[in-house]
Amino acid sequence: MTIYQVALVAVVLLPAVGAGVVAVFPARLDRAARITGTAFAAVTLLPIILLPFARQAGWTAYTASPGALRPWTEVDVSWVPALHLDFHLGVDGVSYPLVALTGLLTVLCAAYSLKGPGRALIALLLVLEAGIAGTFLSFDLILFFLFFEVVLLPMYAVIAGWGGDDRRRAARKFVLYTLFGSVFLLLGVVTVAVSAGTADLRELTGGAGLDRTTQYAAFTLLAIAFAVKAPLWPLHTWLPDAHTQAPTVGSVILAGVLLKMGTYGLIRVAVGVTPQGAEKAAPVLGILAAAAIVAGSLICLRQTELKRLIAYSSVGHMGFVLLGIATLTTTGLQAALIGNVAHGLITGLLFFLAGAIKDRAHTGELADLGGLRETAPRLAGVLGFAAIASLGLPGLAGFWGEAFAVVAAIQRGGGLWTTLAVLAAIGGALTAAYFLRLLRRVTHGPAAAPVSPVIAGREWLAWAPLAALILAVGLAPALVTGALP
Amino acid sequence: MIVALIPGVPLLLGLIGLLLPPGDGERRRPAATLGIVGAAAALLVTLGLLLFAHKPVEASTHWVTLGSVELTFGFSAGMAALYVALAVAVVALCVQIYSVAYLHDDPRYAPYAAQVSLFTGAMLLVVTSSDLIGTLIGWEVMGACSYLLIGHDRRLPEAPAAAVKAFLVTRVGDVGFLLGVALLIVDAGTSRIAALLAHDYSTGTLTAALLLILAGVAGKSAQFPLHTWLPDAMAGPTPISALIHAATMVAAGVYLVFRLYPLFDRSPAALAVLGVMAAVTILLGALSATAQDDLKRVLAWSTVSQIGYMTGALAVGSPAAALFHLLTHAAFKALLFLAAGAVIHAVGTNYLSRMGGLREHMPVTFWSFAVGLGALAGVPPLAGFWSKENVLTAAAHATEGGETAPVWVAWVVWLAALLAVLITAWYATRLLLCAFFGISRAHGPDGPDWEIGFDDARYTAPATPHDPPGAMRWPILLLAVPAALLGLAAYAPGFRTALELDDPHLDVAIVLPLVLLAAGAGAAWWLWRAVPGVDPAEALGPARHVFANGFHLDTLQDRAVVRPVRALAKVVTATDERVVDAAVEGTGTGTTGAGEVLAMAHRVPLPTAAVAVLAGALLLGAVAVWFGGVA
Repeated sequence: MTIYQVALVAVVLLPAVGAGVVAVFPARLDRAARITGTAFAAVTLLPIILLPFARQAGWTAYTASPGALRPWTEVDVSWVPALHLDFHLGVDGVSYPLVALTGLLTVLCAAYSLKGPGRALIALLLVLEAGIAGTFLSFDLILFFLFFEVVLLPMYAVIAGWGGDDRRRAARKFVLYTLFGSVFLLLGVVTVAVSAGTADLRELTGGAGLDRTTQYAAFTLLAIAFAVKAPLWPLHTWLPDAHTQAPTVGSVILAGVLLKMGTYGLIRVAVGVTPQGAEKAAPVLGILAAAAIVAGSLICLRQTELKRLIAYSSVGHMGFVLLGIATLTTTGLQAALIGNVAHGLITGLLFFLAGAIKDRAHTGELADLGGLRETAPRLAGVLGFAAIASLGLPGLAGFWGEAFAVVAAIQRGGGLWTTLAVLAAIGGALTAAYFLRLLRRVTHGPAAAPVSPVIAGREWLAWAPLAALILAVGLAPALVTGALP
Repeated sequence: MIVALIPGVPLLLGLIGLLLPPGDGERRRPAATLGIVGAAAALLVTLGLLLFAHKPVEASTHWVTLGSVELTFGFSAGMAALYVALAVAVVALCVQIYSVAYLHDDPRYAPYAAQVSLFTGAMLLVVTSSDLIGTLIGWEVMGACSYLLIGHDRRLPEAPAAAVKAFLVTRVGDVGFLLGVALLIVDAGTSRIAALLAHDYSTGTLTAALLLILAGVAGKSAQFPLHTWLPDAMAGPTPISALIHAATMVAAGVYLVFRLYPLFDRSPAALAVLGVMAAVTILLGALSATAQDDLKRVLAWSTVSQIGYMTGALAVGSPAAALFHLLTHAAFKALLFLAAGAVIHAVGTNYLSRMGGLREHMPVTFWSFAVGLGALAGVPPLAGFWSKENVLTAAAHATEGGETAPVWVAWVVWLAALLAVLITAWYATRLLLCAFFGISRAHGPDGPDWEIGFDDARYTAPATPHDPPGAMRWPILLLAVPAALLGLAAYAPGFRTALELDDPHLDVAIVLPLVLLAAGAGAAWWLWRAVPGVDPAEALGPARHVFANGFHLDTLQDRAVVRPVRALAKVVTATDERVVDAAVEGTGTGTTGAGEVLAMAHRVPLPTAAVAVLAGALLLGAVAVWFGGVA
């Protein structure tokens, strides 16, 4: 085993072990447990940092045809031979930025939770990290499905355990709705695996071994599953409830990386394994994506609660990502990847800030907030930055994904795609409208609730890397796309 | 790569400045230093290039490849671009110095100065970028900065709304801009401007793309019908108005058309639309300026009108005249706004109806204002005279045909521009008379009424108005020089070739505008003399109300766009809650209900259950016999 393969396994294994270790700490060592958990999350960053160096090492080893998966490094161990189930992990330019995002957000969330509610939350965060990173790294469909499902229950527990007043209902809705999606995923995975006789993504990518009808059926099943997770309008209604009730770190992980499992799955599995199905369904997907952009923005204009508004904004933003995917052009897919990462950074920051505001003002109602730039100028400044980044200001991360989803739709040409591009561009203006409305309510005007201007060290620690990365990706999008072949 | 320093230094210092802690006293010093150094550095680099570079400077590097679209991170500056950059940097430097005094007790000065730096850097990026995506970045960052700065004043309830309006209206235009850029770069496969200009587009694509880009230009440059944000933007601090009107933001749209002119020159349709837009804007702005009571609003509407002259010049095929007018306008409009700031600073109100008699107390401000208004109206030999003359000559020339734009467009632009000379002279004279002549009306007709709350400084109105302190006075005096003399630069060969201006020629054609100028100014003066102390705008009669409200286009915009969008949002939200989500919740409730029914069925008493079991057995038996019989 090379060092890179060890690193690959460590990305999944370290947080899992860390979760176990934290869980066995006794209650009286609560603080020690939390520090241990955060340390595990931080140590997980090391193999993540190491992985890009595998790119050069593993580069020449594969001479596969273009379009096929070309992992930087991979690990393939037979796990359950009777079921043809392999423990097959690999990393490439599509998955790496998302893995890095997962590692980063988990550390930030764990550090943020050093003070506050219990060690169990940190253990759950580590389980989530293991599951999400595993999903992004799986090169075996069955394994992908397993990791995909591992994430579900810890997230349920995070919402139900540490959420707001109506947390149980929201958590139940989240888990039932996404389980409903999982049924389709299972059916899709089984359809593909049985028809092709293998579940290895490297063999499956490109649609080899699947006839046209199977591809149509499998794509439909997979697309519905991932559309629930992403979420794609109109399968999105679990999201606002879950976000509104989830604790700050839950919202950050949920918006930052959990939703990305849906879009990643769509790119890697649905489009990758069943390209003919994707080609056939692309117009439908594109129309739904444009509808998500416009509907999401319009709904945001009517929201009265801070976290709910940010949650709905995710529907619009993921609409841009899905539009990029739906075009099936290289430009569109790359825009989708940048959009994915940008949304994780920006919305992660926004939820941190929403949490900070709610902690201080004890309300998230826009009507009860106001004058933040008078009472807490720094907090207002960071919020302004995040909101402006989220509305897609060029020069910040959000721009590339959205603008180039539009460019990709124009590139696709024809009446339908041009219309979708126009709708998406209008959605961009509406996005500006609701974020400016948010800022006007929260930061301008006379000071409403008394808000402490003091910003704790852990808060700066959580915000600063995200803000810096938003600017960095905005100026150098090659940070994300540079990893692509 | 030295050209990258022009936008790079202010942008970087602006970003650093945002990190400074807000506060009073000594903490203002680093913020002020960063702001002034940023603008000064950009100015020095530009000057250095102007003096020592003999050919266009360029530098670019590969940025990112997205699919089949290749983006370069590049800068280039020909001589014309350098002159625009010079104007931007000079105005920005004046604004930064002026702001130190103007906002002398504002605790949020630090972010303000940083945002001004960012604003300046973004405009310089638009000017120097050799890549359309780079231009787009500067373009939109300017929108965001204008939003932040217009909303700066905490004590003006209308400031946040004005800020949102400025950003949103320009953003609506930018929907078109983004789509137009997308069309251009998808077809060419690159976003390098030089490559785009050389690319062979089909007529349909080109016209569509240029019309879409014009939407963005209309938004940024405050052209009809997207001009509505500019008058409201007066809620921003006065130095910001100077920055927006003179150097950044509104100049960006004109500059962009100038930069892409080889493409526009191939599309008569786009130029025709631009020309009509310009003519409407010239008259709309000039007429609206006649009836404003707010000093800054008069100037704001005059900007709308003057930018119309620039787009008009572009439409009739004379980008050189447009750029010349852009430069002179930058000088005199910055001067006017900074001088207006001094007036407001001194009297504590924006309203002309509360001014009067300031000439004796504020001689420096008065003479600066007079120079600025003279240049605005086009009084020879002040700067505006020469550049406006150029625009009028270009339009008159185009009426003879031979340009890309149709002849009727040239006629429309020429007539509108001529008529506006008359109107401009009228409102400039009115402004000067109302503010500086006659007796003081500081107390208004109803006795003392303190209209404080405009300026950022918390002044109580001083007993006698006076000229501003040095940090405010020197920028004004400095700007008065180009406002007066820049027009003569048309005689300087270096400047003329850089802009590709025609040789200045004063022939009989200048008589007509001069007559109109004298008529307009004379009419205002005559009205004032007939009834001293009464606003000449009274003579407008019922039209005054319409002009004062900018032809009620705000109301129209509200009814035609804002309300429908709100109504649509309401409908969509209701649908989302009552249909989409209700279906989900309904599935849940339905399943629970079905479960309860089944559970109930399992809880029935024994006799009923026994009957049910027997009935079931009987039914199964009957079915078995029936099918068995059939088989």
